[in-house]
Amino acid sequence: MYSEKVMDHFQNPRNVGEIENASGVGTVGNAKCGDIMRIYLDIDEDGIIRDCKFKTFGCGAAVATSSMATELVKGKSVAEAMKVTNKAVMDALDGLPPVKVHCSLLAEEAIHAALWDYAEKHGIEIEGLKKPKADIHEDGEEGEVY
Amino acid sequence: MGHIIYLDHAATTRTAPEVAEAMLPYFTEYYGNPSSIYSLGSAAKKAVMEAREEIAATLGAKTNEIYFTGGGSEADNWALIATAEAYAGKGKHIITSKIEHHAVLHTCAYLEKRGYEVTYLDVGENGIVDPEDVRRAIRPDTILVSVMFANNEIGTIQPVREIGAVAKEQGVLFHTDAVQAYAHMPINVDEMNIDMLSASGHKFNGPKGTGFLYIRTGIKTRSFLHGGQQERGRRAGTENVPGIVGLGKAVRLAFSNMEEHAGKERKLRDYLIQRIEKEIPHCRLNGDRERRLGNNVNFSFRFVEGESLLIMLDMKGICASSGSACTSGSLDPSHVLLAIGLPHETAHGSLRLTVGFGNTMEEMDCVVEALKEIVEKLRAMSPLYEDFIKKQK
Repeated sequence: MYSEKVMDHFQNPRNVGEIENASGVGTVGNAKCGDIMRIYLDIDEDGIIRDCKFKTFGCGAAVATSSMATELVKGKSVAEAMKVTNKAVMDALDGLPPVKVHCSLLAEEAIHAALWDYAEKHGIEIEGLKKPKADIHEDGEEGEVY
Repeated sequence: MGHIIYLDHAATTRTAPEVAEAMLPYFTEYYGNPSSIYSLGSAAKKAVMEAREEIAATLGAKTNEIYFTGGGSEADNWALIATAEAYAGKGKHIITSKIEHHAVLHTCAYLEKRGYEVTYLDVGENGIVDPEDVRRAIRPDTILVSVMFANNEIGTIQPVREIGAVAKEQGVLFHTDAVQAYAHMPINVDEMNIDMLSASGHKFNGPKGTGFLYIRTGIKTRSFLHGGQQERGRRAGTENVPGIVGLGKAVRLAFSNMEEHAGKERKLRDYLIQRIEKEIPHCRLNGDRERRLGNNVNFSFRFVEGESLLIMLDMKGICASSGSACTSGSLDPSHVLLAIGLPHETAHGSLRLTVGFGNTMEEMDCVVEALKEIVEKLRAMSPLYEDFIKKQK
């Protein structure tokens, strides 16, 4: 069902983790459909993405697209990172099954959400960047412990 | 393929070698059409008859109450549609539950589009239908109650006898989808007040594409396939003779070894449940602890998603199943897990392991070790787990 590249990025995901005091953090997704992605960016004074990490709750494709998205933006300028579209992520993974295309959209949104957070914190505007949709979080499970 | 640990017996089972062997001559040697007059046809006819007798005896039913079908889904479709049509004069109301198999639920949806009304009963947190809810839902125009014998995902065994008694008392027909239960536990249609029952061969080491519908004598039913006089004119088409022979053989094997097999499976199941609960934090057993199929284990692991879990298990040669949306081709997780009240993300993180009598304790140990490692790995990359840990601090 998945390409070799997807399987590789799922089994050996790149850049898993957190960045403390990140320049920007973005969480997108929807627990209802079963995918939540969080991307951390470390951006230097020149606007270059020094480091990028992710955490994802989701299927194989969700993990692989997050992993690939972090690879694609690492070392890039903010403007270049804006060009990392869902299509670019999919192409880099040698494609996704049709039902999984939404995972690549989520990866693009996660990058944008993290960039938005960075822009807001630093009072700058990034060309072409729109405010991300409010993310839906672990609603309704507060207090449930087992 | 390397060594496979197969823990998806609710999905299908291996055809028993004895079953395959019994079927073979009916492809190449006794290939006659059972409807033919010559002796080659009679041999096939006799084999079909013997399988029918074998099955009828296991249910306490009469031979002419067993109708062969192409599997459990066909039997469910037939039971619902033909009954709905035959009893439309009495009424157009059907009662079922929210945790039925799609073969029942989608057939109900089909009937709803054709002017029937369907009540979908809720189940409690344990996934069991309350017979009193059935009683309350029955109306003067109710023609049929259809509640499964045992659930395919969470393994809950329904109070079939009690539901059947309510239906009988109210003069309503009772159908049960016994695909997961038949040949795994004793079922008597008279004692359990069952009017119609669906079963499938490949769930108990029989061939795929075989099954039957039991229809109690005296129940009006419509022909499901039109054509020849096979299955008393109700299901036309030349019989799947090798399949029926295999089904009969599988029934014989399952019933003669039932206690031994069930005992082995329960032991494996209980061991698996006990170790997972003890060794993997933030998990929950779905379904009822006691009223549960002897082979069913269903857990939700918080903060992880089912498809990821399945792929990683598969990489270790372990075959399992999940109620995650990603494994169903839709965006919604299992309707059964939502019906027992699980939040969406917990339903997405569910895992079903269904053992078979051929599994071993060593395999259970392998699975628990693999699960521990995989769940830990997935949690380490889960933003939900990260938030949970931060909140704890």
